[in-house]
Amino acid sequence: MSIPPAVRRFINPALLTMVVLSALYLVTMVYAIGETLLAGTILLIAALALWIYTSQRLYAYRYLFPGIAAALIFVVFPMFYTVVIGFTNYSSTNLLEFRRATNYLLEETYRAEGPTYNFTLHPDGNKFRIRLEDSETGSEFHTGPFALDPSHPAELKAESAKVAPFEPGEPISLKDVIAHQQSLKHLTIVMPDGAKERMTGLREFAPSHALYTPKPDGALVNNEKGGTIKPNFKTGFYETADGETVQPGFHVQIGWDNYKRILTDTALREPFWRIFLWTLMFSGLSVFFTISLGMVLAVLLNWDALKFRSVYRLLLFLPYAIPGFISILVFKGLFNNNSGEINLILSSLFGIKPTWFSDPALARSMLLIVNTWLGFPYMMIICMGLIKAIPADLYEASAVAGAGPITNFFRITVPLIRRPLTPLLISSFAFNFNNFVLIKLLTDGRPDFLNTSVPAGTTDILVSYTYRMAFQDHGQEFGLAAAISTLIFLVVAAISLIQIRTTKIAQDDKR
Amino acid sequence: MAIVIDKSQRWRVLAAHVFLIALCAVVIFPLLMVISISLRPGNFATGKLIPDTISFEHWRFALGLPSTAADGHLVYPDLPVLRWLWNSVKVATLSATVALFLSTTAAYAFARIKFTGKKAALMGLMLMQMFPAVLALVAIHAIFDRIGNAFPLFGIDSHWALVLAYSGGIALHIWTIKGFYETIPVEIEEAAKVDGATPWQTFYLVLLPMAVPILMVIFLLAFIGAIIEYPVASVLLHQQDNLTMAVGSKMFLYDQKYLWGDFAAAAILSGLPITVVFVLAQKWMISGLTAGGIKG
Repeated sequence: MSIPPAVRRFINPALLTMVVLSALYLVTMVYAIGETLLAGTILLIAALALWIYTSQRLYAYRYLFPGIAAALIFVVFPMFYTVVIGFTNYSSTNLLEFRRATNYLLEETYRAEGPTYNFTLHPDGNKFRIRLEDSETGSEFHTGPFALDPSHPAELKAESAKVAPFEPGEPISLKDVIAHQQSLKHLTIVMPDGAKERMTGLREFAPSHALYTPKPDGALVNNEKGGTIKPNFKTGFYETADGETVQPGFHVQIGWDNYKRILTDTALREPFWRIFLWTLMFSGLSVFFTISLGMVLAVLLNWDALKFRSVYRLLLFLPYAIPGFISILVFKGLFNNNSGEINLILSSLFGIKPTWFSDPALARSMLLIVNTWLGFPYMMIICMGLIKAIPADLYEASAVAGAGPITNFFRITVPLIRRPLTPLLISSFAFNFNNFVLIKLLTDGRPDFLNTSVPAGTTDILVSYTYRMAFQDHGQEFGLAAAISTLIFLVVAAISLIQIRTTKIAQDDKR
Repeated sequence: MAIVIDKSQRWRVLAAHVFLIALCAVVIFPLLMVISISLRPGNFATGKLIPDTISFEHWRFALGLPSTAADGHLVYPDLPVLRWLWNSVKVATLSATVALFLSTTAAYAFARIKFTGKKAALMGLMLMQMFPAVLALVAIHAIFDRIGNAFPLFGIDSHWALVLAYSGGIALHIWTIKGFYETIPVEIEEAAKVDGATPWQTFYLVLLPMAVPILMVIFLLAFIGAIIEYPVASVLLHQQDNLTMAVGSKMFLYDQKYLWGDFAAAAILSGLPITVVFVLAQKWMISGLTAGGIKG
């Protein structure tokens, strides 16, 4: 590279300045849109990056920064944010931030007294002019040329055609007016008499006023009917003097209310505990079935007298290799009540057609069957590894003592692999505790409980329950869903603690 | 083993074979069934495992080709299967690349450089791994909703949002790569340092080329992980054309619109490559992982 040293000395500082400037520009932009939190986050990241990549002392962190930052922002932060949302009433009725809700109200208008005007939009070079015609008297007005800008409100002055004559060309078609609707809605036209006109229809401007005027104390004065509305930060709504709420609501901190609801609201409490019990049952039984089958298979596949072991191993490994979403959906089709192949076989062999999807007990057994099918190969592989590590002379000794395979299995194999297996079983329990994909794709939680305030299903586990609450059916109960997610965090944290304990015990054993 | 073979042994071997063959049949049955269903005419038709008449209508559907309806006019498939597949591959390639970049660099610092807070950071990564993203879906949705207000490119219904959301899940990758780095003798890098290489050069030119096997393993794991990821994708993507295969596949099996045969063809089309790659890579992955040796 033939860059002169004098230039090279300036390259780094110049680059740095450019990066810093563009970062600052970005932050200002985002802040201007009103996303203060996001702007703050970007500023913090940029500042940290600047510090780390210029300080020689923090050299190690240069390598760490991108990865750790990504993990913190997209994994750890969402966890904390979930906890925070759990203490708010964020939901479909209280969807907006306070500022946005206020802006929404301030942009509302009402139609005032006064004449209405038919309007036409006329191109004038790159710009446009608007011609207004009083719908009753027929007197004409027009504005000066202006540019259409959908992002900013604008105020225009109109003049009477008698004062300043105007020869309009062809007006643009209604289709084009519709295309410019967004920009036209932002316009306010001030008539010579001072009245303010706004677009009220595709062909019409009429006097309209802002519905609310803000007062310094945060209250809004209703210009049409009189009276004021005040924000209530307990309920998350603007309220009139006699307590009537005004849409849209905004989200506010409501303390422990979501948790109180889960514990005291009968329509919510009952399904919650049932779902919690089923979640425990589902994960416990899944672990039990998969490990039982997996262990038996591992023992068999480690048996030297058996031929074709590698063929069996490959075939039995398949369920683990197929993408989960595909095999689950395949089972959804195969188990179909009417046309599913499983019911066809059952009805031709035994004359029965179980209703897998509408009977709660059958739906639950179906979930366990499918989950065992999906999960046993993993357990099989793990157990095979552990069994291989058992010294062969133990089995020789037991053969000399005349023990059969059953005795061997329960007296030698199981006791020896129990310790190292425990942490893996616990993590499998934790995985199934949150096995959202299986439930969501196979039964979607159905069949549902009756008489619940929030839809809940007999096969729902806690995570799929919160998902339904937030993103499905009932819709957007974000605060409540986040509160339940927080409770699941606690359960997962407890499981993790137990797991760390048992892992330590297993490792101490090895030494 | 020097065990005396008695008579009951032969029976036990036979019983084991019967049991294993039965189990293999249970494992294989759904897979054969899907192949058969994808070749049967009609979406409700039932029949034998080997279909009497073979029809490629479902494969035409999955490949986006028009098929002739009963009344003679051409019917175009209404679910963009190939588009979904492409979306999946795109998102998975991008996020695997990002994951690889983020985890190789971080793992280098963990394996080779001394810094304060190393132990705590490693422990934190391990803990993070235990809380699945599905628990924070509400927050993830809210966060990307707000990011989208400022940067529509990274908002809801964008593939970049998905790539960003996946980029944080690198804790296990960092641990694995760190384990592999630690098996490579430090002396090689020290020699490079003596020859005047900067730390970045020793990392980039000396260590990384030696770590290529583990990097490919990680890339593959991240790629497959992104392809089969469902919860986050289902929350962040809404428009039909934007969906990934994992989210889109669900649309075949609604009660009102039951496209069983079409689903079977699409499932084979998208599932087979992944399965083959996974089975082939399995041996290699296990050797790569054990060579790395996950030591605490």
